[in-house]
Formats: sequence, structure tokens, C-alpha cells
Amino acid sequence: MDIVEVLADAIRVAIGPLAAAYALAAVGLNLQFGYTGLLNFGHVAFLMVGAYGTAITVDQGGPLWLGLLVGVAAAVALGLLFGLPTLRLRADYLAIVTIAAAEVLRILIRGPGEDSLTRGVFGIQRFGNDFFDLNPFPNGEYGIGRVSFTERGLWVLTVAWALVAVFTVLVVLLTRSPWGRVLRAIREDEDAARSLGKNVFVLKLQSLVIGGVIGAFSGMLLAIDRQSVNPDSYLPVVTFAIYTVLILGGPASRLGPIVGAVLYWFVIQFTEGFAREAIRAGWIPESVLDETDIGALRFALVGLGLMLLMIFRPQGILGKREEVLIDAQ
Amino acid sequence: MRPRTRAWGAFALLALTGALAVASAMPASAQEDDEETPVDEPEFVRGRIQDKTKEPSKPLEGVELTAKKGDREVGEAVTDEEGSWEIMLPGPGTYTVTLDTDTLPKGVGLRDEDKASLEVEIEEGRAKGLIFAIGERTTTSRSPAERLLNLGVQGIRVGVVLALASVGLSLIFGVTGLVNFAHGEVVTFGALIAFFLSASAGGPEMPLVAAAVLALLAGGLFGYVLESGLFRRLRRRRSGNVALIVVSIGLGLFLRHVFLIIFGERPRPFTEFTVQKNFDVGPISLPPKDFVIIGLSLALLVAVGLLLQGTRLGTAMRAVSDDRDLAEASGIDVERVILVTWIAGAALAGLGGVFQGITDKITYDMGFTLLLSMFAAVILGGIGTAYGAMAGGLVIGVTTQVSTYWVESKYKLGVALAVLILAVLIRPQGLLGRAERVG
Repeated sequence: MDIVEVLADAIRVAIGPLAAAYALAAVGLNLQFGYTGLLNFGHVAFLMVGAYGTAITVDQGGPLWLGLLVGVAAAVALGLLFGLPTLRLRADYLAIVTIAAAEVLRILIRGPGEDSLTRGVFGIQRFGNDFFDLNPFPNGEYGIGRVSFTERGLWVLTVAWALVAVFTVLVVLLTRSPWGRVLRAIREDEDAARSLGKNVFVLKLQSLVIGGVIGAFSGMLLAIDRQSVNPDSYLPVVTFAIYTVLILGGPASRLGPIVGAVLYWFVIQFTEGFAREAIRAGWIPESVLDETDIGALRFALVGLGLMLLMIFRPQGILGKREEVLIDAQ
Repeated sequence: MRPRTRAWGAFALLALTGALAVASAMPASAQEDDEETPVDEPEFVRGRIQDKTKEPSKPLEGVELTAKKGDREVGEAVTDEEGSWEIMLPGPGTYTVTLDTDTLPKGVGLRDEDKASLEVEIEEGRAKGLIFAIGERTTTSRSPAERLLNLGVQGIRVGVVLALASVGLSLIFGVTGLVNFAHGEVVTFGALIAFFLSASAGGPEMPLVAAAVLALLAGGLFGYVLESGLFRRLRRRRSGNVALIVVSIGLGLFLRHVFLIIFGERPRPFTEFTVQKNFDVGPISLPPKDFVIIGLSLALLVAVGLLLQGTRLGTAMRAVSDDRDLAEASGIDVERVILVTWIAGAALAGLGGVFQGITDKITYDMGFTLLLSMFAAVILGGIGTAYGAMAGGLVIGVTTQVSTYWVESKYKLGVALAVLILAVLIRPQGLLGRAERVG
């Protein structure tokens, strides 16, 4: 049992590109769910269109920067598509329609064969080379002790956390503006906001689209890091994981998404590493749990965590309780 | 060659879990693995041709198959005395494998004439199995009208099972206002209980009919536990609707992956009623089990209708659904009504899971797959009412099944969800719902 290695792994993931991408996705969701109270259960679709917009553009011969623009444009279009029909409806309708629309989109991307634009179940690979060509770090290992990254990892990591910082500041500025105050008013009492002459529908739509674009950046980041997109990476469970990150950190708090993502990935990775080592060492009998069950164990824990957090600490670590008891009767 | 970090592996696991959801189409492409994916494994497509209408099933020798990529033939095979065949492929990609029906023995044909050519997508270094269903139907090719009619009847079967599973979802929403994202897991629970009681190797191996009855009861018990152990307490804490939705999502996620740990990712069938000779009623040709499922489900749905209309309990349920406070003020024990609704709804969902497992296979996430269709059904019909769920279920079942006449069946769920989105756009209160403000 190498507890130090397990710990080092967990720290590496918790500060790595994956955690940054989740933090970014949660920043977007925070604007929608935390500040505006929109129950967007199709957030993963924003990640998907961002990633696919980039991948398809590059795959068809376009440059990477154009791909990023296409990804953002796709996210704006998707936000309008999600929002226009549903934002006039009750929160539970929005939840059901967004999760359904995200699945429809995934099925449509997954459906066609390998010669199609999306390449179906095969996905698209190796479209991020331009990004890695920009890498200013010389070859080598960077880090302290056992927590280290290659120059490639460090480059992704730097850009990823820089993006997180930029969008966190943007969301802070937005939510401190008069516009942001109206969003909170909508979350607290939509009718009251409407009776004061605010165009609730348009404001919700703006929140959904901006949050979606931030989500698209998260999707692009993940896809470029992995140099691969595949429709089966964008299942509803990803949305639920982002919700867990956000609620863990604290909805409607500034740094909640970041704290949530780091902690989420640390706990997940540590538990998985620990469980794997424990199984290898024979502490957990194979009949109870074997190594192939570890992936399942992760999502069982995410589910349990989401449930317990929502029941006992809906404000997460950094949120304020009175800010998150949305829709309490 | 890029170095992979643990983070990659972690995300690959996420992708793996995704792949499980579509396990039949996607072999585990992403593994928790620090190595490169093996590239020198050749790609194969293989299978076994057996006449399953015979008891025991008889392997067919000398059947010829060819594999094509586009128009180019890339391989062929003849089945051996075990009925097995295998074609090595030149690489990953999409292939069409065609069975030469002329080489089948006399009196044996494909159960579905249109399935002599199957398309298959092969990934790098993977082998995939293909099943050509052999049955008695030999010559008569069906007219479009007959095919549509048969799809329609299959759609009714899908629809009644969907209705059975969704009645609880809709009624629970009606009496408590909860959109229960964990309802799919109740469906899976029923199927799993029946599986462990009847088909599991270490289980009591009881007849499936008895196991189905016990699964119904177990479903009811599960509903009782969820309501009295969790959701009642949350209502007492005055948790908001949004909070409850998120809790039910977490609960569903948790249960689904506990099922995965217990049951495994492989889809498994019940041991009874798996392959049946089709039974013809006029132009309609279905396995007898489908007729039984349709009959039983309809009977149960009618029983639910009678319960709601004719008994004191049913009246109380509708009253609570209509106006909780008014019902309470009229002396109705609202908490008891909610508990009974949960028990009845979960029991029906559990039985729906068993039916779904009989027609399809049992997987750890069958309920979650069904959940989105159930949402489509209840919203289309009008959420909160039992009749809405029934009507919506039938419409969704028939629409998706008949749509496979024009679109490939892999888009089936997409069709159901498209209907859902259209319904929300055009008539958000649903077919049978009262026009009221829903936003």
C-alpha cells in the first residue's frame, strides 16, 4: 500500500487540467443555477457543442482559432435553442427539457457513420496540435516531489486555470452589476422581478447563454487536452458531476466552483486510488468489490455526496444558506 | 506517443461508464490503463447461426456470409458444424455483413427478411458478435402496411409497459409535486429482484411468474422505504422543489451504480420466455409473451383507473393532487395518501421493469434509459394525472416504434425526446392536463 503515491495522484488530479475544466464548467453553471436559479440539467450539451465545434472545424481543415469561435457560436445557438421554448415554463419543465435536449443532441452526433461530419461513435482525434505547438515550456518534468507534470501537462494546466481565473472575474463583475442583482431577484421571486418591469425572460436567456458559453470553453479545454471527442463522453452523468462540484463549493459564491472542483477531484481520485490499493492488498475481499467496480464506486459516491450535500448543506463550503434555499415553499 | 496522467485515466473512466450505457454498441473503448491501446490485435466479426425454434437449438452448418466495406468485399465465411463463423477484417470501420439466405437449409429462414444484411461498426483491435435471428418465416415478404401494423402493435407493447412504469411517476408528482429522477431506478430494482429470484445462478431459481409477483411487492416496499425514509422527512424540513429534484438525481445516480456493482455491466436475459415462436393473429405476428404483457398491463392500468375513480382512496388521491390544503382541511389523511401513492406507483414501476426485462434484456441502467421516455410520456399526457401517463405512454410507444419504419432504430430515443420537446412547446399542460399556468 503506497499511500504517498495515492495522495500524490490525488493532488495531481485536483490541480490538473481536469479539475480546471470542471471548475470552468461549474463557473458557467453557477451563473445559471447559483445566481439565476435555472435548473439546467443539460449543461453537458454546452461542453459537447464547444468540443465538437472545435473538433469538426479543425477536422474539416480549418485553423484552431476558427474552431474555438465555432465552438462559442454553437454554444450561443444552443443556449437560445434551450432557452426560447423553456424559460417561460416552471423549473421542473426546464430540467426535463434540457436533459432531454442534451440527449437528443448526443444521439444525433452519435448516430451517423465514420464518414460523416461527426464521425459517429468513433469521434474525432488529434485536432489540438496547434495548441500544443504554442507551448512555451521546454521539455521536462515540472513539479514538487511526486506531484509533477510534463511540459505538455503544465501548458494545459496553465491555460486552463488562467481561463478559470478570467471567467471567475467576469462572473464576479457581472453578478455585482445591476444586471446581476436582477438575476438574483429573479431567483428569489420571479413574479416580484416581473412586477417591477424587468424582462425576466430575456434576463434568464442571457444568463443561460453566457453560462453556456463558459461551459463550451470547458468542453473545448477537455477535448483539446485529450485530443479527442467522443459522443459517449457527454452523458447526463457529467452534468450531475458538475452539479456536485458546484453544490460542494457553494452555489452563488465566487470561489465555490474552484474550491468545489479541486476538492471533488481530490476526494474522487483519493478514494479510487485508496480502494484500488486496498483491493490489491486484500483488505477488501474480491467478492465485495473488485477493480472493475471502481468506476461504478466513483459515481455511487458522487450520487450519495450530491444527495447528502443537498439535504444537509445545500450552501456547500462557501455559499450562504439564505442564498441557496431557492424555491422553498 | 503522449504520456498519460492519472487524470486521463480518470476521465477515461467517465467515458467508460458512458460506454456502459450503450454496452452493446460500444465495447469498453476507454480503460483505466496507463498503456497505449493495443494496436496489433486484428479486428473480427463473428457469430453463431442456430435454429432456435428447435429444442434444443440446432446449429446450422454450411451457411455462407460475406462482409463488405462499402461496395468492396473484404471477407467471407462458411459456418462449421457448430454453426460458428468468423471473418477477419482489414481494419476498424463500418462493415455490412450479409447472410446468403439461399444457403440456409430448407424450411429455415430469417425471422425478419430485412435483416439478412447487418451493419456493424468495429473499433480498433475489437471483435464484435453478430446475431442473425433464424426463425420459421421463410417466404412471404410483408407488405408495407403489414409492417407498419406490426410496428404499431409492438409500439402498443412498448407503450403499455411505459405507461405502467410512468403512472407512479405522474401520480407522485400529482400528490407531492416531486419530479422524481430516481423513478427509473425503481424500475430497474423490480427487474433485478425478478432476475435474482428466477434466473440468477445462486438464487432460488423460482418460476418467473412467481418472481414477477414478488418483484411487484418488492417495488412497493422500495417505494415505502423511499417515501417514509427520505422524501417525507425532506418535506417536513420544508425543502424546496429544486432541492428535492437534485436529491432525487443524487439518489438515482447512487442506486444505479450500486446496481452496477452488484449486477455488472453485461446485459442479461431472464431464463424463461426468451426465444419464442411468433404467434399470428391475422397479419399481426408477435411472440406470445408480447400478447401476455399487453393483456396484463392493460388490465392493471384499467384497475388503476377503477381505483382512482371508484374507491375512497382513489378519490382521496385525486383530491390531494388537486389541492393539498383543501384535501387536508376536508379531513383527508394526506400523508397516508402520499405513502399509498408511493407504494402503488413503485410497485407498478417494478413490474414494468420485469416486463421490460422480458422483452428486452436486463441492464443496471435500463430504468434510467427508460426514464427519459417516461418523462416524455407523462409530460405529453399531462403530468400529475394517471390517465395522462397512460395516454402519453401509448403515444410515445407507438410513435417511437412506428418511426423505426423510416428512421434507424438507434434514433428511437431521439424520436421520443423530440416528441417531448414538441409537446412542451405546443401544449405544455399535456394532452389531458388542464390549461393552467406552468411557468
